Formats: sequence, structure tokens, C-alpha cells
Amino acid sequence: MMEAQILHFFQWFWDLFGLWDLMWGYIQPVWPLLWTVAKIFAIILPLLGAVAYLTLAERKVIGYMQIRIGPNRVGYFGLLQPIADGLKLFLKEIIIPSGSSKFLFVIAPIMAFAPALAAWAVVPFSEGMALANVNAGLLYILTMTSLGIYGIIIAGWASNSKYAFLGAVRSAAQIVSYEIAMGFALVCVLMASQSMNLTEIVRGQHGSLGALNWYVIPLFPMFMVYLISGVAETNRSPFDMAEGESEIVAGFHVEYSGMAFAVFFLAEYANMILIAFLTSILFLGGWLSPVPFLPDSFIWLLGKVSFILLLFLWFRATFPRYRYDQLMRLGWKVFIPLTIIWVVVIAVWMQTSLWVW
Amino acid sequence: MNFETIVFYMFAALIVFSALRVITARNPVHAVLFLVLAFISSAGIWLLLEAEFLAITLVLVYVGAVMVLFLFVVMMLDINLVKLREGFWRWLPFGAALAGLMAFEMIWVLGSHETSTGVVAVKHAADYSNTKELGRLIYTDYVYPFEIAAVILLVAMIAAIALTLRRRKDAKSQVVSDQVAVKKADRLRIVAMQSEKLVAGHPSERKD
Repeated sequence: MMEAQILHFFQWFWDLFGLWDLMWGYIQPVWPLLWTVAKIFAIILPLLGAVAYLTLAERKVIGYMQIRIGPNRVGYFGLLQPIADGLKLFLKEIIIPSGSSKFLFVIAPIMAFAPALAAWAVVPFSEGMALANVNAGLLYILTMTSLGIYGIIIAGWASNSKYAFLGAVRSAAQIVSYEIAMGFALVCVLMASQSMNLTEIVRGQHGSLGALNWYVIPLFPMFMVYLISGVAETNRSPFDMAEGESEIVAGFHVEYSGMAFAVFFLAEYANMILIAFLTSILFLGGWLSPVPFLPDSFIWLLGKVSFILLLFLWFRATFPRYRYDQLMRLGWKVFIPLTIIWVVVIAVWMQTSLWVW
Repeated sequence: MNFETIVFYMFAALIVFSALRVITARNPVHAVLFLVLAFISSAGIWLLLEAEFLAITLVLVYVGAVMVLFLFVVMMLDINLVKLREGFWRWLPFGAALAGLMAFEMIWVLGSHETSTGVVAVKHAADYSNTKELGRLIYTDYVYPFEIAAVILLVAMIAAIALTLRRRKDAKSQVVSDQVAVKKADRLRIVAMQSEKLVAGHPSERKD
């Protein structure tokens, strides 16, 4: 619909010069490509803006929680701080350590960032508003988030540094462990919705009772598991053992400087926003309104995502870092048995008449 | 040559190139990364065949989990490349015979009439779900083979753990549940005692 409107506008514009037929002759063969690229930009640019301002929000929120003010020098309320930070990192020299594997060292930040962006291809923002409405959307997301680990491992190995390598090894073990619990939590969601299409999953949570129809009610333990595993997957505090600045300096990105470091940072925050979107879509009804008398809208999705992002920041301000053996215990001995049991519970529950979702 | 064919040959060339690099790369870590590239390219070919479930599962399981652990192990090992390259010429006839046998098998299977005739890639409608179709087949027509395969995998997994698990007597570990369940009374003892009388001047001047 929007596509037709935009085409109509171009037609009106070029018709002013009488050139529309000529232009369309050139554009028509590549129009689907152009339109897809335009949609990609419409997702990526706001996302990068959100990433930039999430860093400011993090510093402000944690500042207020710790009774400080946070950044307030650059622009009003420090609103230009992310731009100043970006500029600073952009102008810094990228130092490639001697004895490192140069190609892998340079490509590692890209390998961390690319899956964090690629996963957005299937995320629906509102009814019918997704770049690709894929049937196996949930599986695609799981795959893309599991690929992000390569950036971290390669960065740690290619740096030729013990600290970086230790950080990479910790991170690899952590992400692989939590992915299993995360996968089983998603299995519960797709059992409840009987679809792997993200738009269908949101539609499955539509009902006359508003928020009571959301999957967070029957799948509450899975919601908790998914959220906590999400924090662990993104290497956020209190699970930021991969960085662990009190033990291994800064973990996998200790040798990185300037823009290469910034790209790791962008990847971490883009992943955080992705997990927040997914939690909202899978468990909190996506763009559906929590009360029946208000219309469904993208605004609801933004509100839910903001709340979950606030939780991420809140965790960081509140909890001390986990010890590594405790982290592994939580993943393998608590979350995985819990999720397996809940899969069986949901499977039995769905066969009874008590299942109303 | 249409667009799909071009994409197919691109992926195929990428697979052949990365598979060759797996065995020719000097650094084992580079070899593992080329293997990852080969997996991703073959997932691309499966996507061309509309087998999106298989393609995504290949990337999810092999690239996202198995190869991560592979990389993990290869990075930690101290591999002596010179020792690995020893006896290359001695083993070459054996390896070449094995490779020739495999190539012959593949040509035989793919070139035979049973597999080549009647196999036409059917284009499906947009609402066709490869995942649903696969799930339906696995859990209805092929439920017994599927369950047997699952049990075999489970047995292999448990056997691998049982074979490699050694309980060392001198290993120290922390019992997390005990640590979590600790009470204030276990660590802290509050004793009732009389308050001491303050003595004027420095403690060293006390005469008692």
C-alpha cells in the first residue's frame, strides 16, 4: 500500500518534466531490489539511533539509581553525548597488535555486528510490517543470534592475547549453554502458538481479554528463563564474564581500539534491543493492546520494549557479577531441567480443556 | 542461465573452494573457519531447494553449536604442524584410494537410474511450509525410525559421558546449594558480654 503511494508520488514528480515513462523503463527491472533496500534502511537507521541513545539512557538511568547525575555536559541533559562518544571513537587510531591474525582481527567486529543486524529481517513491528514474513521466523532468529558468538571467539583468538582469549573461551561456553535453555523456552512458545511465524505468534495472543491472552500467563517460567538467558546471551551484567574487567581486564575486546571497539559495542546494544523486541513479541503480545478498549498499535510494542530495556539497565545497576561456576550451574542445572519440564507441562496442558490461549 | 542457476553455481564454487581450504590451510583455526563457510554455503543451496527448515537447522546446529565447540577445542590444543605433515607421501596411496572410492560411490548413486529419473524439483505455493510438512512426516510415517535414531543418539551421548567422566579424589569444588542456603547464624556468632570500663589515658598506662 505504501509502495503504491510512493510510486504514485514519483510518477507525479517525474510527470512534471514529462520523463516518467523514460524513468520507469529504467527503474522497473530493479524496483523490487530498490524497495527492499529502502525498507532495510528504514529498519537499520532508527535501530542505530536507538543503539546510540540506549548508551546515553544506560548512563543516565544507572546514574540516577546511584544518586549521580550522569552525563550532562554535551547538549541539554547530555543529549549530544552519544554523538560526541561516536566522534571520539571514530577519530581514534585502530591499533592492530603484533603477532595477531590481521584479517581475522579486522573481520571479527563485523562478524559480531552482522548477525545482530541480520536478525531484524524477520522481526514484525506491527500487523504486516516486517521486512520478510518468513514461516520459520523463530528458527531464523535463533540461528542468527547463535552466529554472533563467532565475532567474540575470533576476536579473542586473533588478538594474540591471553586475556582476550580467556574472555572468548568464557563467552563461548556461556553462550552455548544458555542457547539450549533459550531454545526450549522458544519451543514452548511455538507449541502454544502452533507456528514459527512471528506475526502468527502475535496473532495467537490476540483475544477479548487483552493482557490475559498473552503467552506470559501460561508460560511465565519460560518468560523468566528467556529474559535471563537473553541477558546472558548478550553478555550483559551480571553475566558479563566475557568482559570481567575486574578479572581479565576487558575480555575479548581488550586489544581493540577506536571504531573496531565501537562496532563490538554497537553489536551488544543492537542485540539487547533485539532480545527486548523478541521478549515483547513472543510473551507480551507484541503490538497488541493490554486492554481491550484501546486500539493495537506499534506504540504498545515500543512501550514494552522500553520497559524490558529498562530491566536490562536495572539489572546492571543492581546485581554483582556472577561467579563462573554459579553461572554454569544456573544454565545447566536450573534452566535446562526447568524448561524441559515446562515443555512437557505445556504439551499435556494443551490436550486438556483448561488450555484457553 | 537464470538467476537461480547463477546463485547455485556461486554457492557451489564457494563450497568447493572452502572445502579445499579446510585441508590446505596451514592454521587449524583457519581450517575450522573455512569449514564453517562450507556449512553456510551448503545451507544456501538447501534454501534454493526450498528446504528452509533443513538449511536453518544446519546453520543452527552445526555452525551455531558444533563448530563453536570445535573451534573452542582447536584453539586450546597445541598442534604441532610439522608432526602432522610427517609421512604425507607414505599415506598418499591409501588416502587417494579412499577418495577415489568415495567419488565412485557418489557418481554411482547420483548417476543411477533410480535417483536420476522422476526427480523434478516441484515449485510450491507461497503458503507451503516446509517445516510443517517435515514434522508431519517425521511424526507419522517415519515415527519409529525417528525414535530409534533419537534413542541411539541418547545412548551414544550417555556412553561418551560415562567413558570420559573420571571422579578425581583431589578435585576441589564448591557446593553452590550449600552456599546459597547459608544462614546468618552459620557464619556470625553474637556473644553477650559486659561492656568494658573505660580507663583514662593511654591503654599502656593501665595498671591492673
